[in-house]
Parts: sequence; C-alpha cells; structure tokens
Amino acid sequence: MTARRLATGGTIDRSVPIPFTFGGVDYTGFAGDTLASALLGAGVGAFGSSVRLGRARGIVSAGTEESSALVQVEAPFAEPMLLATTIELTPGLAARGLTGQGRLATEPDPGRYDARHAHTELLVVGAGAAGLSAALVAARAGASVILIDDDVTVGGSLLDYAETVDGQPGAVWAAAARAELDTFPRVRVLTRTTAFGIYDDGFVLAIEHRSDHVTSTRSRQRIWRIRTQQIVLATGGYERPIVFANNDLPGIMLASAAQVYLERFAVLAGETVVVFTTNDTAYGPAFALAAAGASVTVVDTRPEISAALISGCRTAGITTKSGHAVQAALGDSAVTGVQLTPWPGTTAEPPQEVTLPCDLLLVSGGWNPVLHLFSQATGRLRFDETLATFVATAAIPGVHLAGLAAAQADLAAAFAGGAEAARAALTELSAARAEPGRHRTHSSFEIPTVVSHFALHPIEQVWAIPAPTEFADPDVRFVDVQRDVTVSELLRATGAGLSAMEHVKRYTTLGTALDQGKTSGVIGSGIVAAALGIAVTALGTTTFRPPFTPVSFAVLAGADRGELFDPVRVTAIHDWHVAHGALFEDVGQWKRPWYYPLAGEDLDAAVARECTAARTTVACLDGSTLGKIDVQGPDAGAFLDMLYTNLISSLKVGSVRYGVMCSPDGMVKDDGTVIRLADDHFIVTTTTGNAASILDWMEEWLQTEWPELRVFATSVTEHFVTIPLVGPLSRQVLAILAPELDVSLAAFPFMATRAATIAGIEGRVDRISFSGELAYELNVPAWAGTALWEAVMAAGEPFGITPYGTETMHVLRAEKGYPIIGQDTDGTVSPFDLGLGWAVSQKKVDFIGKRSFARAVNDRADRKELVGLLPVDPTVAIPDGAQLVESADITFPMPMFGHVSSAYRSVALDSHFALALVKGGRARIGQRMFAWSEESLVEVTVADAVLYDSEGARKDG
Amino acid sequence: MQLIPCPNCGRREEIEFHYGGQAHVPYPAEPAALGDAEWADYLFFRDNPKGPFAERWYHSGGCRRWFNAVRDTRSYRFLAVYQPDAPRPDIAQFMAAAPPVAADRASAASSATNAVTR
Ligand SMILES: [Zn+2]
Repeated sequence: MTARRLATGGTIDRSVPIPFTFGGVDYTGFAGDTLASALLGAGVGAFGSSVRLGRARGIVSAGTEESSALVQVEAPFAEPMLLATTIELTPGLAARGLTGQGRLATEPDPGRYDARHAHTELLVVGAGAAGLSAALVAARAGASVILIDDDVTVGGSLLDYAETVDGQPGAVWAAAARAELDTFPRVRVLTRTTAFGIYDDGFVLAIEHRSDHVTSTRSRQRIWRIRTQQIVLATGGYERPIVFANNDLPGIMLASAAQVYLERFAVLAGETVVVFTTNDTAYGPAFALAAAGASVTVVDTRPEISAALISGCRTAGITTKSGHAVQAALGDSAVTGVQLTPWPGTTAEPPQEVTLPCDLLLVSGGWNPVLHLFSQATGRLRFDETLATFVATAAIPGVHLAGLAAAQADLAAAFAGGAEAARAALTELSAARAEPGRHRTHSSFEIPTVVSHFALHPIEQVWAIPAPTEFADPDVRFVDVQRDVTVSELLRATGAGLSAMEHVKRYTTLGTALDQGKTSGVIGSGIVAAALGIAVTALGTTTFRPPFTPVSFAVLAGADRGELFDPVRVTAIHDWHVAHGALFEDVGQWKRPWYYPLAGEDLDAAVARECTAARTTVACLDGSTLGKIDVQGPDAGAFLDMLYTNLISSLKVGSVRYGVMCSPDGMVKDDGTVIRLADDHFIVTTTTGNAASILDWMEEWLQTEWPELRVFATSVTEHFVTIPLVGPLSRQVLAILAPELDVSLAAFPFMATRAATIAGIEGRVDRISFSGELAYELNVPAWAGTALWEAVMAAGEPFGITPYGTETMHVLRAEKGYPIIGQDTDGTVSPFDLGLGWAVSQKKVDFIGKRSFARAVNDRADRKELVGLLPVDPTVAIPDGAQLVESADITFPMPMFGHVSSAYRSVALDSHFALALVKGGRARIGQRMFAWSEESLVEVTVADAVLYDSEGARKDG
Repeated sequence: MQLIPCPNCGRREEIEFHYGGQAHVPYPAEPAALGDAEWADYLFFRDNPKGPFAERWYHSGGCRRWFNAVRDTRSYRFLAVYQPDAPRPDIAQFMAAAPPVAADRASAASSATNAVTR
C-alpha cells in the first residue's frame, strides 16, 4: 500500500501542521485529520495485529464502523481500544497499534464530564441529506428540533458522494442548511455527537465529544439525555465488504472509505487499485481515484454493467472485468495483488485464474441501512432480496426513517424522504396536541437537484467467494476480522446443529467485538442462511442493543464522582466532631462519628476508654441520625396499635414505650421507641437506616388500607438533634443543664419524657437507654445542636464527660443483647426469635404480623434464636460472620447451626463476646460450639443474649 | 426510561416510582378467622398474568401518593391509572386493545433470539 497525501484538495488545513507519534515514531498531520487519515497520509497503512491469530491489521473504513484499526492512545490520557478512524488529530497525540488488547489508565482521569437534559418536539439523528432536509422542514414549520450527527460537521455523504447539489458541491448545500438552522431559536445542532441508545417514550441518550479536538476548559464529553416527542432516524448506511481468502490483509478497504480519504483528507490510498464490487456504488470511488491519478481496475460480479458506467470507465481509463470475483488477495503483510475467478463459477469448466497486481483493494458488497436505534426501539427488520440487506418493516409510532437508513436508493430520494419524514412527524405532533399547535404541519421545502453515482441497486447478492485450494486450509476467509471468525467456523456452528443466529453468534463470537458486527453481521446471516438452505429473512439477524458505539464509564458518571457520587448527610454537630478528631463511619448517606481517638490511641483503645466512661462516669453520643417520625391525629393511637406488635394506645402522655414492627409475615421490620406527647401526638423513632422506609410503610397502610384513619405522618429526623447522655453520673450533668427540671428518680422515671429548657434551649428529655446505663436523650431543634452539645461538654467536664461514637454505642448495646435490625436480623427473624416475646401483645385483636405467629413454622424447635457467645479463652476474638458448628474437626460439608451477627471486645465483661443467631439457640445456653471462619476457629460457650447487668439494675443509676 | 402517568402529577420518569404489586388484595378484615392456607394466600400468592394487570404504584419521588394502574405486562404500557379506592376497571376492555408492540415484546421474550449482546 502506497498511500500518500496529495498537494491539493480536501478539507484539511495545510497551514496547521499537527505533530503526533504513532508506535514511537514522529509524524505530522494537518488540522482536520483523523489519526487514520494522518497515518495514511504519512504512508502508514498497516499496524497492530489481530487478537486470536496475530494477523496484520490495517484501516478498513473511515468511520464508526471500523472493524480493524484499533489503537491504544497513550497521551494525552491512556485509553484502550479506540478507533483510529474516529480520533481527531490533536497536537501531542501519542498512540500505537493494538495487539488485540489495550491498557487502562492507572492514574485518575483528569477529564471533566457532564450531562445535559433536553426536551424537544423532534429529534433528528444524522445530518446527511435526509437529516438536514427533515430538520429544515420541521424548523421552518416552527417546531423545536435537535439535530445530531457524529461527524465533525453536517453533510454526511453529501460531503463525499455528491458530485453536485443544485449545481454546487454538496458541502456548500450542507453549510447553507446549517446556517439556516442556526437562525431558528428553537433548533439545536450538535455535531461530534452520537446517539447511542433509544429507550421508552422518546428517551434518547447521546454522547457529545466537546474538547477532545481542541484545547479548552470545556468538559471533555457530555451525555445528552433527550426526551423527544418525535424521532427521525436518518442514520445512513454502512458499506459492507465481501468475504474472500486473505480478505483481512492491510490495503483492503471499503470502497466508500477510499472516497472519503480522498475527498476530505486529500489522501490517495493507493496507486494501483482494484475495485471489487457487486453493485453500482463503488464506481464513484473508482472514478474519483482514477481522476486523482490512480490506475484502476473494476472487478464486478455482475455479468452486465450499465452502459453509462461502462462509458464512464472508458472515459476515465478504468479497466472493467464484469462477471468476475476476487477469490483471494495476495501478499503477506499487505496486499500486493488479487487472484480473480469467473463469477459465478461453473463446475463444467475449470476456472481460468487471472492474477492482477495492486497495492489497494477496494471492496463493496452493498450497503446496510444503519437500523441500530430503530431496532432498539422495538422496530422489526426483514431481509430485502432486491437490495440484499435488512430493512425496516412497519414503522413505529413516533419513529420515522429517512434516507439510506430507510433504504431510499439515492441522494435525491434521501432529500425527499427526509422532508416526508419530518412532515409525518409534524402531523403526529399536531394530532397529539389537544389545543392548536404552536407549529404548522407543513412548510415549504424544494427538493434540490442532485448529480451522484450513488444508487443502491442493481446489486448482486454475494456474501463469500469460495476459496481456491491453496488458500482453503486453514480457512483465511474472515467474516469478523476483529474476532478472527472465518466462514469455516460459521459452517462448523451450523454443522453442530445451531440454527439460530443468536446461537451461532455465541458459538463463534461473531459480532461480539467492539464493532458489534456493524459490517460483518449481515454477511454472517447470509452465509449461515445459505448453509442452512433457508432464506435470510427466515434466519434473521442478531438483536441490536445499546450502546451503538462504546461509551466510557467516566461520561456516564459525569460529575457524579467523588464527593458528588452520593449525597452526604451530616448532623448539626458535625463540625465539632471534625474539630475534635473524630473518625467517621458511613451509615447510609450519614457521616457518623465512629470513635474519638486521643493521641496514640487505636480503635480498640479508644473504644475501651469510651465504654469505660459510659459504664462508670458519663459519656455522650451524637444520636441525631436516629429516624424520627411525627405522628399526629385523632386516630394516631389506633394506627400505631396496628403497626406495632405491642399496645401503644394505652401509653400515657409523657411516657415512652419500646416497640417492634413486623411485616404481615410476622418477621421483624424495625424497632424503636414511641413517645407520647399528647393524646393525638406521638414521636416514633426508627433505626437510622430505616427512617425513610418506615415513613413509606406508614403511608402505604394509611393510603391504601385505612384511608379512613385521621393520621398524618411527617419525617422530622433532620429537625432535631438527639444527644444521649449516658452513665451513672448523667443525672448530675442533666441537673446542671436543666436546673428547672426535676431529675429525681421519682419525678422522672425510666421511659418517661419531659419538656424542658436545656442549656437555655426549649427541648425535650426522654429517659431512654440503649446502653443499659442510666441515660437521657436530649432533643432540641437542629439549629441549636452545637450550642447544646457544647453545653453538655461544659457541664460534664468536671465529671470527665467523654464523647463516644458508633463503635462504642454498638459494644454497649450488644453487651445488653439489644439487636440491631438488619444486622442481627435478616427478614426471617420473628420477635420471639429475638427474645422480644414480651413486646408482643396478647390482648390486641389484630396487628400487622399477628396472624402469622399462629403458623406452625413459628413453633419449630430449630428456629434460629438470638443468643450471646463468649469465647472459652476470653482474649480470643470471635470472627464476625463466622459459621457456628458443633465440632472442631472441620470437614466439608458439615452441619451449620447459625452465624455470628455482631462481635466485639468488652471491657465490662473483660472478654471478647458476640451475638449470634443459632438454631434452637436458647436451649443450647451453656453448651460449647465452634465459630469457624476462614481466618480462625474459636471455641465458644453459648450464653443468654443479655451478658451484662441481666437484672437491669443500672438503668436507674 | 419509561414515563409513568401519575394521576396526580402527570407523566413522570419511572425512577420516581415504586412498584407495589397486585392491586385489590385488601388486608383481610379478620385475619384470625382465616386458615393457614388462606392466610398464606394473602401473604405469598399473587397473580402473574400475561397482559393487562391491575397493580399498585407509589409516586415516592413526587406526590408520595399511592395509586392503582392497569399495565400490560407484555409491553409495559400503562393502560389506565386510578385512585386506590376506585373500583378496578374492566380488564376485558383492555384485552381487546392490546398494542402491536406488546405482541412483539412477547414473542421476543419467548424466542431464542432474546439475549444480551455479548
Ligand atoms: Zn404524583
């Protein structure tokens, strides 16, 4: 292959040379080049090798359908598996050919990515003759339009294939159309933008390349999330190759690609050219390359070629060989010639082989309408024998096809088809609108006069040429050049009994590479159908799925990375925790203080100190994340009676009750406290993680089952800070904070609530304990949170008050056997399994879950029950999540009797300990078991879940 | 991404909604009066028809109201929406008017050609 840059022509800017490196070698291209055109211009036609067979790979196309020219970009940022044909040349670009696989960047991507949402009446995908016509018709009628195209400029095949449009170059017409579209305020034209997925109700995703081609502060890529009422798909077509021996050699290119490289990039891809075609569309490239100085021979499978083309070839000095086919390409690392055979071959007389030298072999097996988006939108395809390709069947409401995508045969038909599609869309828009529309259903559009050689038929349906004997074994006729899938492999699949294209695809990997079979899929269907002896339309094709072209995760994530990945919720006291060295734990979206290490302390030391303070002096926690739901209304008590397993309506005003909620199946859903502030006013607390779902749970029952109940449920989690003040000295600290509050045991008993002025702030104190110690929960409005916290620290300072975090909270509650719903339970655990039978009312006629407790399964002796575990050697940690077995002789499989759900070290117990769900657990109390994990095997004694202060003496101080 | 017609808010993105299962399965008036099998029926058994299906939806990211809908399980299209206390529409009327796209989806789902790319 002796590609070279011509001195004149093309749309590249020769005044702006662009240096780049490829495979470590320095080259120079021009502004407007792609990496592929710059390499061809520099005479580089071969690079990289195939993934399975290591065969040389070159450039096959000039666009997104590229099956061969995969590169690894190393600079400015490492990206694997990009197409040389779609990378715009930029200064400093460094790339290399691929040997099958690429390399992911090891450093963070410095690029910025963002997203836009857009709503429009009409989305036009593809800005060629059909797309521009459609957009103009709709814009002139007053509709809002988004027109997108993946190329750097509008025009599509007008830029390469139209000799003239209204007597001028196609690019001139396209530029004028673009200029007119830009005058409409309701029209947006997006170039370098690829629609890659189409979803329900007119939702289309597109990716815009915004700054890969320029130095700019703009985001690198943008996702467009477009909701449109009508869609015109003017996505054009892909030329497909023909399969013959050695058809993957560098120097073999689609005919249309050579035309694009010549017209747009002023690159003549070869000097001695053979054009192998089954149809008329390859003659345009043949004429263009001959006019640029190449020596051209056209090999056409058809016995008859039209008189106009024959005379055109004669004038251009092009030799034609009709009724012939290329049966093999010659050459080792690049094509040097072709071996021809009469076509169709006959068995009667031996074929007369003819060999022609060439350095460029162009192929055209016809065109495939690009129907990926149509197919994604549930559009059905059928095989058209006349056009030898898959075309759309019946239209889909709201989706209109135009141009080559609609198999409209030439450019004149594409202009007309685009206009017609837009008018159909305008009519549907108008019909869908109840009131008179703001746009008209018609506008003027004059179909331009076009001179072009492009016409889809006549075409001969040819998929693969039989290989001559010397090229038969191993088979080197590649259907999918990216996966190295040959004709023989497809035949092996059908020979193995596969008769569906989806199965053949998976058996052979045909069409599963990066190009997703854009150019190979139809050929594969043709070959398999012939092997099965059925019509191609009966076999069908594989299903098209998004994305149309590869999309990076970075652009899908957009700005939602790092801190913006998920909302971060912090309490009103957060800054104090940060300033005092707290380490944080993520609890859902919340940042909760985990522990507060002093200098030199690790987690164990800090937690031991915090636990000791809570159990011997006084300590405090930021418990503001606790879910809080305000439940009000005359029927609030009756409603909560149905939600909780225990009786709530009997709760006295000013009192607090612990409660358990179950699902109708009787399994524990959540637990918490219910605080009665007035006859018709309750505050319900939930687990931090369940705050939202319990509010939804209430709404579901109120709205769908008991709409007659007069109850309102409102989330107030963020409205209040909650500070548990814990420890034997907490009463003394509270007395200082709330001097007007009678904190005596008699006046303020356990499970009571009191309105109080705390540190001068109006609030509420609940005598609730999640640690077993004497404790108070202080609640004030969130805005006063830090003020209260600082007042608590100041008042407690003489008593040695110690702030503690979630780790200590967990140790304290676990020592008391208090389960965390969702950690010590898993949706198969009843209140009885947790030892909470005392909280299940026997008096109430009904509550959610009650009926299920009467099911026989609840009486089984082998139900898993919550128990405590103590290691026989108290210094040995019990592994969290460990399986409990009865023997230290670990051989798989062996019976397992439960698992460790929480495990900690306890200062109060001077031992490690755990909570566990164990089959028949309470009957095993006192027995030995073994906690097995991959790291350790620990002998444990089963104990009651309440390991500390089982008589509950400490709660009153 | 599908648009779901909330009866209170109009067409909104599907991610704003939560699915609530079959509609018109009321909480039994007297659970204690039910046998184990009847109670299990209420707890665990729901219809799974191919075609129009009355089901519950919750506009959790919008008006936070529950509503009922008739949806074609073949095409995912919503055929009607109504308030929770309104009677179930006549399902038969929707059977006749199954959209053509529904048939396509159904046949794709039952044929060997419905598989993910790659
Ligand atoms: Zn709504």
